[in-house]
Amino acid sequence: MANIIFILPEIFISLSAMFLLIFGVFKKNSSATVYILAIITLIISLILIINSQTNHEIYLFNNSYKIDQLSNLMKIIAIISGIFFMLSSYDYTKLTNLSNVEYSTLILCSILGMLVMISSYDLIVFYIGLELQSLPLYVLAAFNRNKIQSSEAGLKYFVLSALSSGILLYGCSLLYGFSGSTNFYTISQNIYSHETKNVFGLVFILVGLAFKISAVPFHMWAPDVYEGSPTSVTLFFAMVPKVAALTVFIRFLYVPFVNLIDQWQAIIIFLSLSSMIFGAVAAIGQKNLKRLIAYSSIGHMGYALAGLAVGTNSGIQNSIIYICIYLIMNLGIFCCLFMMKRNGKFFDNLEDLSGLSKNHPVISLSLLILLFSLAGIPPMAGFFAKFYVFMSVIEKSMYFLAIVGLISTVVSAFYYLKIIKIIYFDEPKEKYDNVNFIGVKISLTLSTLLILLYFVYPSGLINLISKINII
Amino acid sequence: MNEINLIHYLTLGAIIFTIGIVGIFLNRKNLIVILMSIELLLLAVNINLVSFSIFLNDLNGQIFTLFILTVAAAEAAIGLAIIVVYYRNSGTIRVQEIDSLKG
Repeated sequence: MANIIFILPEIFISLSAMFLLIFGVFKKNSSATVYILAIITLIISLILIINSQTNHEIYLFNNSYKIDQLSNLMKIIAIISGIFFMLSSYDYTKLTNLSNVEYSTLILCSILGMLVMISSYDLIVFYIGLELQSLPLYVLAAFNRNKIQSSEAGLKYFVLSALSSGILLYGCSLLYGFSGSTNFYTISQNIYSHETKNVFGLVFILVGLAFKISAVPFHMWAPDVYEGSPTSVTLFFAMVPKVAALTVFIRFLYVPFVNLIDQWQAIIIFLSLSSMIFGAVAAIGQKNLKRLIAYSSIGHMGYALAGLAVGTNSGIQNSIIYICIYLIMNLGIFCCLFMMKRNGKFFDNLEDLSGLSKNHPVISLSLLILLFSLAGIPPMAGFFAKFYVFMSVIEKSMYFLAIVGLISTVVSAFYYLKIIKIIYFDEPKEKYDNVNFIGVKISLTLSTLLILLYFVYPSGLINLISKINII
Repeated sequence: MNEINLIHYLTLGAIIFTIGIVGIFLNRKNLIVILMSIELLLLAVNINLVSFSIFLNDLNGQIFTLFILTVAAAEAAIGLAIIVVYYRNSGTIRVQEIDSLKG
């Protein structure tokens, strides 16, 4: 029972989610209180995780739950991004009447599912975590019940995500049958007994996971869902589930399937290449900013996958660094979207940015920094993220992957620079309201400063991540 | 008569799984059919897991099945709720008319 401290954060979040639900039923008009209590819950669970740091590998519940450096760090990243998500979208949800009691509770449940997913070391636990994460996300995508776009986004996300869980489960069943166990470690030991049959399971599982992180060719849900969902939910989609999905990718590739590296390496390289190219090309003609961010997130997932395809510790570490920096950039971009409000209405089209610099120099400057960073222009953090990933790709002499990656970086720079041109050189539009959103301002300032000043002290993040040694 | 062995069960599972996938992609009429196809996918997985569990003499598969059944019920409930919300907004659940988001 001494090990219960390591699962305390999960227990705490689940209990407080249930408590908040009951609290919201019995106390009328308590949505703002519940929202703040949810943020406090996340902060306390963050403290609990940091408090239970350990250098050992801890196995709980009959080896089905693993606590190690990877899971601890990814949980911390997921919860911190969850906290900043809730801080920055507070005013948006309040103004658009989204902030019900259910909204905060669903987000807590989804984060709980991600924590379970990150630590899972068994197919059953992994599946439960995955569904606990996705079921609230279906509801959140359709949360703006009176708008047809939102309910359509929820519908599309539900159908495609349920399909992908079905495919993933079919892979799990094959893997269970041919390796005789649901435990990740035992699977890796028995994988050779029916190697060709296990490869079928591997392919099904990778397809399911690629759906979850929206890698091409399983990306078709992402643009529609990003565009249709309420902007705050889009921010959630763009930040937190990516962390969990990437961790699960790492777990699956480097624990049960580590001996099948020759088989999966080609698949991951294909996913990575096609995501990078597609993300760069398809975003060019987009008119809606949220849709454009969806395509750019597809591209960025391609870069993160390139790090995983390498099969070395440095590759894994660099793709985790990539995802961290990507989260910060995304947070900043969405904070700018939360500030584009006029007469109680929020705007998210590209043309609404036109001439923003005349009336709102500060927002434009942060957008400039963030977009330069997304495009990978030094000395912003986005450049270093790409640099690390491509370094580890080149170290293993996978030149083709590196060359295509660099070319698609150049192509994608086109549409990032196009946004900057619209902001700085087009005819100015009507002024947006002067908003006084504390959470948005804090998040925007923090993320912009982090992106801008990353090059001053890069070793902080690198030292933190270099504790993760999988192989 | 030949005895029914693992291969037969797996073939049945694979056939049902394929019907589910094809049902999602070829269906142009009704959203409820998609919901049924998703259930078919999960049931195919259950057949696989139970038969593996019996032939491996290992209980884990059947426990997994119980979890999947529960989750499938929750998923169907949420799916139906979303369909109801969508119907209230658009007045239709025909698949080819779901096209307000594209690009």
